Amino acid sequence: MALQYYGDLNSQPCRSVYIFLKKNNIPFEFKEVRLFMGEQYSEQFQKLNPLRKVPVIKDGDFVLSESVSILKYLAGKYQTPDHWYPGDLQRRARVNEYLDWQHSGLRPQASRVFLLKGMVPFISGSPGPSAGAMEAVEELTQSVEKFHQKFLQDKPYVAGADISLADLVAIVELMQPLGGGHDPLDGSAPLTAWRERVKKAIGRELFDEVHGPVLNTQQSLESISQKQPELLDAMKKMLFKGGK
Amino acid sequence: MALQLYLDLNSQPCRSVYIFAKKNNIAFEFKPVSLAEGQQYTEEFEKVNLLKRVPALKDGDFTMAESVAILKYLAGKYKTPDHWYPANLQQRARVDEYLAWQHTTIRFHGSRLYMFKGLLPLLSGEPIPTDKMDEAVSDLQTSIRLFEDKFLQDRPFIAGREVSLADLVAIVELMQPLGVGFDPFKDRPKLCSWRDRVEAALGKELLDEAHEKMMKRSGSLSNLDVNSPALQRFAIGLKKTYMSWRLSPSGCKSTC
Repeated sequence: MALQYYGDLNSQPCRSVYIFLKKNNIPFEFKEVRLFMGEQYSEQFQKLNPLRKVPVIKDGDFVLSESVSILKYLAGKYQTPDHWYPGDLQRRARVNEYLDWQHSGLRPQASRVFLLKGMVPFISGSPGPSAGAMEAVEELTQSVEKFHQKFLQDKPYVAGADISLADLVAIVELMQPLGGGHDPLDGSAPLTAWRERVKKAIGRELFDEVHGPVLNTQQSLESISQKQPELLDAMKKMLFKGGK
Repeated sequence: MALQLYLDLNSQPCRSVYIFAKKNNIAFEFKPVSLAEGQQYTEEFEKVNLLKRVPALKDGDFTMAESVAILKYLAGKYKTPDHWYPANLQQRARVDEYLAWQHTTIRFHGSRLYMFKGLLPLLSGEPIPTDKMDEAVSDLQTSIRLFEDKFLQDRPFIAGREVSLADLVAIVELMQPLGVGFDPFKDRPKLCSWRDRVEAALGKELLDEAHEKMMKRSGSLSNLDVNSPALQRFAIGLKKTYMSWRLSPSGCKSTC
C-alpha cells in the first residue's frame, strides 16, 4: 500500500510535507482533511491521530504526526539528496537548530498574524484591523529579524550553500501571513532574495500550486459564508474558544 | 579545547543537556550563565548565542543553540548508546515526534505555570489574574493528558522499551512546576510509574543533583533583586511570552 498523507494545504506544516513528497517523487495517496470544514474533529480522524491535527502520514501500520518529524522520516526512508538533511553532523545541527527554534520562535507569530488579519475580521463580521493585529505584526517582525540575524545571516540558505528542510519549513510559515494581506519580508532585500532562491530550488510551479489555497483565503471564506454559513459559526467557536 | 556547555540549571532545557552529557561521560567545561544576574545579555555570551538564551554549545569554532538540537549533535558526535536516539527509522521518528510536539505544549505550559506561580508576580509586583492562572493550570493538565494518551500509552517509555531523548526532555519539563509547589504527577499513577522508570534509567543521584538548584532557588525567590535591570528585562520577555496570548494545547495552534 502506498504511503497515505493526511493534510490540508491551507496549513503551513501540511505544505512543507506536501512539497517534500512531490519534489522527491515519493509516491503517496493524498487524503484531504478539510480544516475549514472541521474534518480534523471527525471520529475517524481522531482514531488516526488523537491530537486531531494535520499533517499525518500512515506508512502501512505506522502512523506519524508532527511535520518536522515526518520530514526527517521521509528523508531517511526514501534516502533523499543529502542537502535536505545533511549527514555531516555540524550542518545537520544547523538544520535541527532552526527546526527546533521555529516551533515557538516563528510559527506562532506568523500564524497569529494570519489569524488576526486574514480570518478574524471575516469570521467576526467586523472588517478592518482586529484587536491585537498591530502587536502581532510587530512580534512577527521581530521573529523575522531573528531568523535573518541568527539563522540565515549572509548565507544563501540556512545550512549553507544548499536548500534544506530548514528553508522549506521556514518558507511555508512566512507565506502564511500573505493570506491576511501582510508580507513579512517586505522591505528586506536579502530576505526577498532568499525567498526567490527557495522558490526556484523547489520549482515555481510546485510552489505556486501548493500556495494557491492560502493566497485565496479571502475567497474561500467568502464562498463558505455564502454556501455554508453554519461553518463560519463553528469556526468562530473554535477560534475564540477559551480566548480573551 | 574541550567542549563547552553554557548552562543555568534553573532552566529545563539546560538540565536535559547536562544530564545527557554526564550520563554518557562526555567531557565538557561547564560555563555557568546566571539568568537571574542577566549574564545571558553580555556581549561575550552573545558571541556564543545571538538569541541570548541557554543552553548553548561551543565545540572548537562551532557554536549552536536549542537543547533538542544540541542533544542530537552530542548523540551523533559521541556515538552514545542507540536507545537514546535510535537508528531504526520508525523508533527515531517516535522520538522526533515527541520532541517536536513538546515545544508548544508540555514545555510551554509547564514553564508558564512555573513563571506564573513564582517569578512573574514578584517581578511585576502584580498578582496573576485568576482567569489566566486557571487557564495555565488547565492547559498544563490537558497537555499532560495528551502526553499520557498519545505519547506514552501503555509503553514503558515514549519510544518503546528503553529510555530515549524524548523521556529525558519530558522529565526535566515535568519537574519544573514542582519548584513552585505544583505537582503534575499527583493523582496520575501512569505518569508516576513512568517517572520512576526514567529516574531509574538516568540514575536518581544524577537526576536529583541536576534539579537541586532549581528546587532550592524556588524557595528563595524573595532573595532576588527584583528591580535589577537584568531581571526587569527578563520580566518584559516573560510577559510577552506568557501573558499576551494563549497557545492552546489542543485544536488550533494559536487562538486569539
